[in-house]
Amino acid sequence: MARPLASVRLRAAALTLPLVAFVGVTFLAPLGTMLVRSFHEPQVADALPLTLAELEDWDGASVPGEDAFRALGSELRALDERRRVGAVATRVNRLASGMRSKIVSTARALGGEDPDSWRDAMIAADPVWAETAAWRAVRRAGERFTLRHYLHALDRDRDASGAVVARPPDQRIYLPLLRRTLAVGLAITAVCLLLGYPLAYLIANAAPARANLLLLLVLVPFWTSLLVRTTSWVVLLQNQGVVNDLLVAVGLIGEDGRLALVYNMFGTLVAMTQILLPFMILPLYAVMRSISPAHLRAAASLGATFLQGFARVYWPQTLPGVAAGSLLVFILSIGYYITPALVGGRTGQLISNMIAYHMQQSLNWGLAAALGVILLACVAALYVAYERLVGIERMRLT
Amino acid sequence: MTAASARSPRSARVAGRQTAGQLPGNQRKEFPMTRGRDARDGRMRGARKVLAALLPVLAGLLAGCGTDSVTVVSWGGAYAEACRKALFEPFTAETGIEVRVENFNGGLAQVQAQVETGSVHWDIVDLEFADVVRGCDEGLFEVVGIDALPAAPDGTPARDDFFEGTYSECGGGGLYYSSVVAYNRESFPGARPSTLEDFFDLEKFPGRRGMRRTPVVNLEWALMADGVPPAEVFSVLSTADGVDRAFRKLDTIKDEVVWWEAGAQPPQMLADREVALSTAFNGRIFDATVSEQQPFTIVWDGQVLDYGQFAIVRGTPNLDAALQFLQFASRVESMAELGRYIAYSPTRRSAIDLISTHHEAGIELRPHMPSAPENMERALINQPQWWTDHTEEMTERFSAWLAR
Repeated sequence: MARPLASVRLRAAALTLPLVAFVGVTFLAPLGTMLVRSFHEPQVADALPLTLAELEDWDGASVPGEDAFRALGSELRALDERRRVGAVATRVNRLASGMRSKIVSTARALGGEDPDSWRDAMIAADPVWAETAAWRAVRRAGERFTLRHYLHALDRDRDASGAVVARPPDQRIYLPLLRRTLAVGLAITAVCLLLGYPLAYLIANAAPARANLLLLLVLVPFWTSLLVRTTSWVVLLQNQGVVNDLLVAVGLIGEDGRLALVYNMFGTLVAMTQILLPFMILPLYAVMRSISPAHLRAAASLGATFLQGFARVYWPQTLPGVAAGSLLVFILSIGYYITPALVGGRTGQLISNMIAYHMQQSLNWGLAAALGVILLACVAALYVAYERLVGIERMRLT
Repeated sequence: MTAASARSPRSARVAGRQTAGQLPGNQRKEFPMTRGRDARDGRMRGARKVLAALLPVLAGLLAGCGTDSVTVVSWGGAYAEACRKALFEPFTAETGIEVRVENFNGGLAQVQAQVETGSVHWDIVDLEFADVVRGCDEGLFEVVGIDALPAAPDGTPARDDFFEGTYSECGGGGLYYSSVVAYNRESFPGARPSTLEDFFDLEKFPGRRGMRRTPVVNLEWALMADGVPPAEVFSVLSTADGVDRAFRKLDTIKDEVVWWEAGAQPPQMLADREVALSTAFNGRIFDATVSEQQPFTIVWDGQVLDYGQFAIVRGTPNLDAALQFLQFASRVESMAELGRYIAYSPTRRSAIDLISTHHEAGIELRPHMPSAPENMERALINQPQWWTDHTEEMTERFSAWLAR
């Protein structure tokens, strides 16, 4: 009896294998890789082993000796012959802007016979090698395990002595963007809740035919392409757009007083709220439908006013939906970047735009990963808070 | 579209051959094993049927990996359309090699991912020159060498025919495109902007400005409008004071700027009168004036020229075909032909002389090209080298400046 049961269990478990494999391949593996990338960068360490061994005991105060020059020079030359010097140069460049072309041109200049003095040859190729800063950058880029991406993501850096210092004010970008991202996320969540709650209540308590119609009105935009909806908002809100034309036509504003409704924070909030509203309405609707109207009638029959009944009977029962909707909207909103980029103008830059920039353009995947981990930590903190306040087993998504 | 539909007959032929050749073999092998187990036998036959149905699909996929097609990745829109008519279709007609087109938004991220994981499915990528140089240094592209590219009709070797600095040893083909200031004539019934300084002059020419949300080109413009001659722009920009000076100049118009991301936005914003003046790519503005008769004028003063090239992704299984395409795209005639479809200039001297008229409108194209002498009076040729060194640093500073 035991064996067939075990085999049935095994077969049942095997049925979930595709899902497990899918989650592993598409979610856990990339997430894990990104986590590792944020503190593990072996490329320079692998490419310049001799140089980094020479620099291990270097004091950092004076230019290193001929041995270090020979190690770096010969390794750069060998890399250039295999067309790998760019990968090293790019990474050193991130620690000392401008080093990229200097490293590449040095590697080119060293091609051919061994020079008598590597030191003279390299300084002749580029005088930067007579500066300790260049060598420090090479040594730091060679750290196999490093926290520099996290420092960078928090607008910090290490100075010449290795102490952690704040970046110059005109280069602090990630913390302000992170704060703005979280603030925008909260604002959108709040607006979605304010707009979505009454609508969900209306749908949940309407006659079936009307409820279906209302639900359809919520869902049709939900099914429409994100870009279409975003650009429609531009058409509506822009300076010469429908809303401004209307306001001018009814005489509320003059031709010169057209309102700036898009390419600013207002535009971002409007467009994002409209895009994310269904994610608030649907969980709320699901929860509200399961609340019997008898509860409110009972409260009224016991003498509660509508407000009392709502606050003490109805609202507490909708909390799981409120929490689920808010969590969904907030998490989605801090990850959106196309909409803010298109309608947000100067202030539409959020942290995810910088993550996308480092993933796609600068290829600084380590920094992108560190930024992503920090964002993930914010979401995780929120999740923990939610768990404490509401309890995850009460979450209702549908 | 055309490439895909043209390929299907061949796929079907290959598929047919494989189905016919392989299936009997499979049957012979499997029959002895399943004989006697009736219930399973039926299921196995079903499985074989499914397999037989899938084989043509698999064969089609395999055929797609054959050597007689190349995948070219380009920028989409009017530009990709121009490439299709001027380069891809003539290339297929001449060599029989199909060209499949994919679109992307620039950058090396996908190329790097493909090369690193060893699953290269792009053959040729159309890139900004800075990315060609960078990818070449990082071993992402096949080395072609300028001497492998065809000579001009008069025998001038490619090395002497390409403009100085517009070719990389990993690149082929190429064109100049230009970032310019443009305006809608209807926004300026009286005096009209004519210089780069006018773009920064809010008193003389009030109204909102469109600018691309990037430090590239904008910093150069700020310095030129602040009186730095084009030849000195990059040496000034290499100093901390120079960068501060550029941002201070941008500060003067910051409140009036609408930032754009996609090349299609500036013509739209100008047409909607959302902005009075905008920076834009010259080809997009030209296209809007020719195909939509928009009343736009380009201010060529202070134009910033940039250039791009095709490069072959390292490790492509279609190296021969890709190389043939690169050589085809590098021909003087091909470059001149591309210029008939979009107002971007060839990067070879002898191709400039061959530029004729727009393929539809029949307009003489030479005055609309960035390379026309009258448009080059005050022009800056971008230095990809400087930007590969400083893009990351400047982008962070620019983003910090924007957010303030």
